[in-house]
Amino acid sequence: MTEMQKLYLLVPLAPLAGAIIAGLFGKAIGRAGAHWVTILGVAVSFVASIFVYQDVAAGNVFNGTVYTWATSGDLKFEVGFLIDSLTTTMMLVVTFVSLMVHIYTIGYMHDDPGYQRFFSYISLFTFSMLMLVMSNNFLQLFFGWEAVGLVSYLLIGFWYTRPSAIFANLKAFLVNRVGDFGFLLGIGLIAAYTGSLNYADVFAQGQKLASTHVELFQGEPWTLVTVICICLFIGAMGKSAQVPLHVWLPDSMEGPTPISALIHAATMVTAGIFMVSRMSPLFELSDVALSFVMVIGAITALFMGFLGIIQNDIKRVVAYSTLSQLGYMTVALGASAYSVAIFHLMTHAFFKALLFLAAGSVIIGMHHDQDIRNMGGLRKYMPITWITSLVGSLALIGTPFLSGFYSKDSIIEAVALSHLPGAGFAHFAVLAGVFVTAFYSFRMYFLVFHGKERFHVHAGHGHDAHGHGQHGTPHESPRVVTVPLILLAIPSVVIGYLTVQPMLFGDFFEGAIVVSEQHPVMAELAHHFKGALAMGLHAFVTAPFWLALAGVALAWFFYLKRPELPQAIRAKFGLVYEILENKYYFDRINEVVFAGGARLVGRGLWKGGDQGLIDGIVVNGSAKVVYWVAQITRLFQSGYIYQYAFSMIIGVFVLLTFWFNRG
Amino acid sequence: MTGLPLLSLAIWVPVFGGLAVLATGSDRNASLARGLALIAAIAGFLVTIPLYTAFDVKSAAMQFTETLPWIPGFNIKYQLGVDGISVLFILLNSFITVLVVLAGWRVIEEKVAQYMAAFLIMSGLMNGIFCALDAVLFYVFFEASLIPMYIIIGVWGGPNRVYAAFKFFLYTLLGSLLMLVALIYLFFESGLSFSILEWHQVKLPMKAQILIFLAFLLAFAVKVPMWPVHTWLPDAHVEAPTGGSVVLAAIMLKLGAYGFLRFSLPIAPDASRELAWLMIALSLIAVVYIGFVALVQADMKKLIAYSSISHMGFVTLGFFIFNQLGVEGALVQMISHGFVSGALFLCVGVLYDRMHSRQIADYGGVVNTMPKFAALFMLFAMANSGLPATSGFVGEFMVALGAIKYNFWVGFAAATTLILGAAYTLWMYKRVVFGAVANHHVAELKDIDGREFLVLGLLAACVLAMGIYPFPFVEVMHASVDNLLKHVALSKVL
Repeated sequence: MTEMQKLYLLVPLAPLAGAIIAGLFGKAIGRAGAHWVTILGVAVSFVASIFVYQDVAAGNVFNGTVYTWATSGDLKFEVGFLIDSLTTTMMLVVTFVSLMVHIYTIGYMHDDPGYQRFFSYISLFTFSMLMLVMSNNFLQLFFGWEAVGLVSYLLIGFWYTRPSAIFANLKAFLVNRVGDFGFLLGIGLIAAYTGSLNYADVFAQGQKLASTHVELFQGEPWTLVTVICICLFIGAMGKSAQVPLHVWLPDSMEGPTPISALIHAATMVTAGIFMVSRMSPLFELSDVALSFVMVIGAITALFMGFLGIIQNDIKRVVAYSTLSQLGYMTVALGASAYSVAIFHLMTHAFFKALLFLAAGSVIIGMHHDQDIRNMGGLRKYMPITWITSLVGSLALIGTPFLSGFYSKDSIIEAVALSHLPGAGFAHFAVLAGVFVTAFYSFRMYFLVFHGKERFHVHAGHGHDAHGHGQHGTPHESPRVVTVPLILLAIPSVVIGYLTVQPMLFGDFFEGAIVVSEQHPVMAELAHHFKGALAMGLHAFVTAPFWLALAGVALAWFFYLKRPELPQAIRAKFGLVYEILENKYYFDRINEVVFAGGARLVGRGLWKGGDQGLIDGIVVNGSAKVVYWVAQITRLFQSGYIYQYAFSMIIGVFVLLTFWFNRG
Repeated sequence: MTGLPLLSLAIWVPVFGGLAVLATGSDRNASLARGLALIAAIAGFLVTIPLYTAFDVKSAAMQFTETLPWIPGFNIKYQLGVDGISVLFILLNSFITVLVVLAGWRVIEEKVAQYMAAFLIMSGLMNGIFCALDAVLFYVFFEASLIPMYIIIGVWGGPNRVYAAFKFFLYTLLGSLLMLVALIYLFFESGLSFSILEWHQVKLPMKAQILIFLAFLLAFAVKVPMWPVHTWLPDAHVEAPTGGSVVLAAIMLKLGAYGFLRFSLPIAPDASRELAWLMIALSLIAVVYIGFVALVQADMKKLIAYSSISHMGFVTLGFFIFNQLGVEGALVQMISHGFVSGALFLCVGVLYDRMHSRQIADYGGVVNTMPKFAALFMLFAMANSGLPATSGFVGEFMVALGAIKYNFWVGFAAATTLILGAAYTLWMYKRVVFGAVANHHVAELKDIDGREFLVLGLLAACVLAMGIYPFPFVEVMHASVDNLLKHVALSKVL
């Protein structure tokens, strides 16, 4: 094993070691011990990732096996790493955000009795996520996929005595399992037709998959690669919360805020985006699948944004914003702009983690009240949280020169250049989404940090966590909380400007992401690109900038200038409000049709099939038949001589009759 | 290789150990009975270890064979041997026996010697089933193993134990009657031989193969159990004491599945292929139908019993898609299910010993008072849902891939277990373990003690080891499974 390979192993194993120590020996090492050991593990992993990144940047790509998990026939199941530019990008994002969240957690979970357990979980998550992104095969991808789902489940239900939390985590797991169901079918088809689970082997046979047709439904031949890609994408829809499998993400806010930032904003939910980018050699072979991806993404981007407008829980606003931004990334995937999707994934990881952690800071400051209607004017009390939130919000809405601008604008441009069916709708959706994003982001920003101080009236009842401190004026959070905010704010501002050129138009993703010549979106985009500075300046004459500005202005007008207006509008558009309030009725349908239906079917099969038909009629029925027969034959066993004698006489007569008539 | 008759030891050490325990008599000597039982169980497990370490993975032939004449007049022999298909089950069985003895250590207070003896004797007899190469010997072990289980349910069982014991006994006995007819038929067809290996080579016309297949099917399907002859299992589980449930789920269900591989497939390959559609259909019904039924159970043991049926559906599915992934995945699933279902029944036992209820509704918030238990239970629940890095994933994944390879829609139906399995297992877990403390009984619960921790911890280690590195388990099977599939692919029709 070379030095580099040892380093690869160190990246996931360091957090795993931390997780095991904090998990099994949490009591022995104490609270400080738990956070030190896990932070150390993640820090080691982060530093190692930097070295790996430099090595890859120098042109060293690694693709190799760590160990053989099992074999069966010709099929090999292996655990191995593929280390290229796509992987290292993800490794850096994951370990950096994870490190920030670890540090932040010291402050956020300070009084929680489950302190050690929490650190153990988030380190375990980091391990799982790294295994997912570093994999060179579908088995390990699936392992990481499910493992991050498990940790997400454990963390959403972290406060396990709360009914809403344990409802949300079960829901999250099951909805994700629906996605995994599709994912498994995709993997199964790949294994069946290529005889391998290794990415490189599978990609090499891409043309074969594209020219094979399967008839899943009579008379509807599809290319195999289309079926595979759609199946895989169903997995991505679960993990990356795309409509209609998005329903778990808003509820996942029941978990503590640090994990909302780490898992449900920055990393895990982007696994689907990463996976599709990783599979670009396959997706490129199917226009149908790409169209499907784009339309699903567009629906998510726009319609989930609308829901952000009416939320009053600070975390839920950010959650719907995450859904909408995941939609943007998915749209980019569908437009064959994989590098743009990964670019947005990265910038989003920074500013969304920032927004979540800032929201958490507000929650601490507000003594665990999460309702933005009870806030207002917090900028006076929480200056660092205020400024960093502003930075995050500006980045999110795509303010020129900030990181979100470069990624989001590139998505909009890329979609405009796509010619696949559905691209027109997707373009409209992402443009309209800009306005919506700006509106809900600044609605929240103004309600929280500006305007009248409303907390004196309401302050008190928390939704979040543990015991309540003394009530009173909000206060700025301790340094373990604010330092990560600042450290995340820096990349939220500059990372886009610095990396847009190499990531999108350089050869950074060369070899890792494949784009076919039929989808020359990126090449055309490169024509228009004249450098990061020019791109920022050009923004002022494009529609997205003015749409975003309009959104901010409208939010300002509604929530600072004329705060009575929203009420009036709500009253006027009762039906629309009703639909939004019920989140388009997805939850209702799932609960009644799927959950209720499954229980109904189960009860029917159990009572009707098992107990009624099989046991009732066949099993106990045959026992009853035996019983009846026995009852009847018993009549002849009466023990009375005269009855026996009588039946003998009858018998003799019958026999004699036969005897005489035999001729 | 050692010169010892290892397989005979694997059978008779527990049996004679059991008889010795029985000899300690009444409950005055209960502690002696316990100690002796533990020694016998551990000795029984130790003698099986060389079966794995000295096993030649390259060979598909029977290994560690022993042959002695038994009833020469009918050419019946005491003939033993194991191959890659059967060897792991002997280890699993002997291992589970140790755990069962430990699990019943303090819980069983009446007729201790008899209880322990029943398990030990049953363990030996079941080892006999897995390594018998003579059909009569197989049949004797197969039927004899029913008796201890019948007694275990009937004596140490719950309030409705008599109904359950009868149902169990009659169901399985009736199932195996036609098998006896088939055995006798094969005896004559093969030129007066009861050797199972010789039967594998006997040429048979299609019609005879179909009849033989159906006769075996009835016997084995009841044991597995396959839909629709499964209804004895939930009743048996509910009434059986914890140890009984563990052995029933972990080992006894495997006997039927094993029978398919040892008898049905190699003796009637053409009929197996001909009737594969039926077997696949029944298996898928088990996976889906039973998955839904498990969802609505209010009794934890019943829920896990139904879950077992559903998981065994995966096993039979794997057998009858006739590819290496399927068969090996099914075998892995059988081993894994031995660990996982055994562990889940032990978990329910831990709760039952404290609360004397198996009703999900009586629980809630157990994690607050029993955190260690909750963590282990979580691991087993996740394994039951087929989460990667647990043993439950390995077999399910392999069979699912094999099924998709066989036919997309078969794989589609099978893969629904991903959703259903998680739904019924985790929904139960949520209602029992999570939440606020539901009542004062739960508030008074004590976390697991050292003995319980040891038993569950050992199983947890197995579940994880097999999930993270299944290679050693799968490696053993390759040669034999490969050989079997080649054999099945050839026509035996005259």
